[in-house]
Amino acid sequence: MPRGDLSDQSADLSALQPVLDVQNLKTVFKTRSGEVHAVNSVSFDVKPGELLGVVGESGSGKSVTMMSLIGLLPSPPADVKDGRVIFDGVDLLKADAKTLRSVRGGKIGFVFQDPMTSLNPVFTVGFQIAEPLRKHMGLGKRAARARSVELLELVGIPDAARRLSDYPHQFSGGMRQRVMIAIALACDPKVLIADEPTTALDVTIQAQILELIKDLRQKLGMAIIWITHDLGVIAGIADRVVVMYGGQIVEQAPVKELFGNPQHPYTRALLETIPSVRGPREDKLNVIEGQPPIMGAAPTACPFRARCSFRHDRCDRENPVRRTVGPGHDAACFHEFSHGA
Amino acid sequence: MALDMKTEPLVRVQNLKMHFPIYGGLLQRKVGDVKAVDGISFDIYEGETLGLVGESGCGKSTVGRAVLRLYDITDGAIRIDGDDIATADAGKLRSMRPLMQMIFQDPQASLNPRMTVADIIAEPLREHVKMSKIEREDRVLELMDQVGLNKEFANRYPHEFSGGQRQRIGIARALALNPKFIVCDEPIAALDVSIQAQVVNLLEELQDRLGLTYLFISHDLSMVRHIADRVAVMYLGQIAELAPRAELYEAPLHPYTQALLSAVPEPDPNIEEQVERIILTGDVPSPSNPPQGCNFCTRCPQVMEICKTVEPQFQEVQPGRFVACHLHQIAENAASEAHKSIQQGEIT
Repeated sequence: MPRGDLSDQSADLSALQPVLDVQNLKTVFKTRSGEVHAVNSVSFDVKPGELLGVVGESGSGKSVTMMSLIGLLPSPPADVKDGRVIFDGVDLLKADAKTLRSVRGGKIGFVFQDPMTSLNPVFTVGFQIAEPLRKHMGLGKRAARARSVELLELVGIPDAARRLSDYPHQFSGGMRQRVMIAIALACDPKVLIADEPTTALDVTIQAQILELIKDLRQKLGMAIIWITHDLGVIAGIADRVVVMYGGQIVEQAPVKELFGNPQHPYTRALLETIPSVRGPREDKLNVIEGQPPIMGAAPTACPFRARCSFRHDRCDRENPVRRTVGPGHDAACFHEFSHGA
Repeated sequence: MALDMKTEPLVRVQNLKMHFPIYGGLLQRKVGDVKAVDGISFDIYEGETLGLVGESGCGKSTVGRAVLRLYDITDGAIRIDGDDIATADAGKLRSMRPLMQMIFQDPQASLNPRMTVADIIAEPLREHVKMSKIEREDRVLELMDQVGLNKEFANRYPHEFSGGQRQRIGIARALALNPKFIVCDEPIAALDVSIQAQVVNLLEELQDRLGLTYLFISHDLSMVRHIADRVAVMYLGQIAELAPRAELYEAPLHPYTQALLSAVPEPDPNIEEQVERIILTGDVPSPSNPPQGCNFCTRCPQVMEICKTVEPQFQEVQPGRFVACHLHQIAENAASEAHKSIQQGEIT
């Protein structure tokens, strides 16, 4: 039932104005042992109500991208060099500290991977939920408390009013992540950025959180950017997916198109390496040989070429630009795969 | 892999218990126990991989460590290759160490950052085998070759390697003494998806080539399905179900196994749309205060009255399939009583 609504929604998404539009974002870290080009000309957008999945391995630049666009990286060492991030008609990269502060935790909510380290252990959960409500929305003490109870109930925490006075350590991992989601939702965000929100959780708890997110999307209709390395999670919740590798987006497509008809060799190889608990069992796992690159300089060639089985001469000389390969589907690769193969 | 169940198992664990004391109060007296492992039994046959799966805190890593006597166990019997290890003294234990080795989860934490790769791999040789320096160096290079490490990097330090390569160093060290049995404790959990498959394939190749026996501990149900011959599912210190791989994944018997498998996301949006998930409510109870009766009764979607009072027996309900659940208990009538006593005899 809810799934049907979602696909109807995604059908007319392309006509909508994006709520967040990122163009040509570049982030460089200057370290003692040289530069690291963590994000290289990343462009993507998110439509209202859409769930955009961002997939990649560690070091592919997915978290740094999100932190750059909201100004969360300390400078130095980080240097957000270029690009535009349009949110609510404002370029966040040019915005002053005050504007950024009102956006962060306000119109853009964040959920991080590890709920234990992102909650403050010395304040009650009630205080931490009320904080954005009072700072961003100017609610009084009583109103903030009432809204906090509402929020905890919304994310499925039983006995919400009483639990406001509990500290983070009194909650289990799954419950803590629900608290994090409640805080992120406090100010009715237009965009919720969730960075590996279920990675630290067990599968049965992850299933609970994924159900909660599907439910919240129905109720609240905000756009969500969901960062993960787990293609299984993405398959279940995303409308559209971008795949990152070596600090850039190598492929972007609606979820079914990406899994059914991947057009970048990395996406294809990744989908072949992961075993499943359902369906036929492979005798031998497919392997992507080698390891992901560390981008010491701005790329002048395809970052995947060393591990790619479709490598051409051209891949050594030029970094492929994303080109359209299907409806709403683009890939940064010179090789042309036959469709549906 | 066809297993001849008649042969004596390489590893036999019976009624293993590992309780950790809790101290509290003003005088720091013992006030209770964390029952991390509470009475589990299983066999591992030579050349086989037994997968041990479960969620964090269920006691699976404690089992792995206890089986190798890295802890002094609370109760139970462990036999490896015919030798009793549960009660062996330090000297005896030391002489058995070459037989049984361990691969750890975090290759960063389990490799000494101040030792070169060659030193790390040579350390077990230096401790347990008399060989000349040249012989030892040759053996180290042979081991590096075996696990796919470039021999030229023998004098580098662990931080110069990637996560996957570090795990290969840990594997080479575990292989140094020609062990028969290796406990792999979450060996791929810290690795990226594209590297996980490399390490799993290496472990499988080594098993084929060297005839190794693995206890493969993991929370990754899809990887365990790939590597294990038989799978044990743990919940709160006990084994809920133990079965050959195909049976367990195709037709799980225990409600916990069913819920666990249904919760695993599928990397295919078309299947994801159709998957019927069993969403468990609540969290795992504390192992210091497990519920009365079946330890899964607080979250079980099929809970019955009996589950809240009587602890189900861990029984063989079909050939090779063990489960601890009242839904599958063999009826207490005369005919099955005889059968049951045989089963009991086998596992207690």
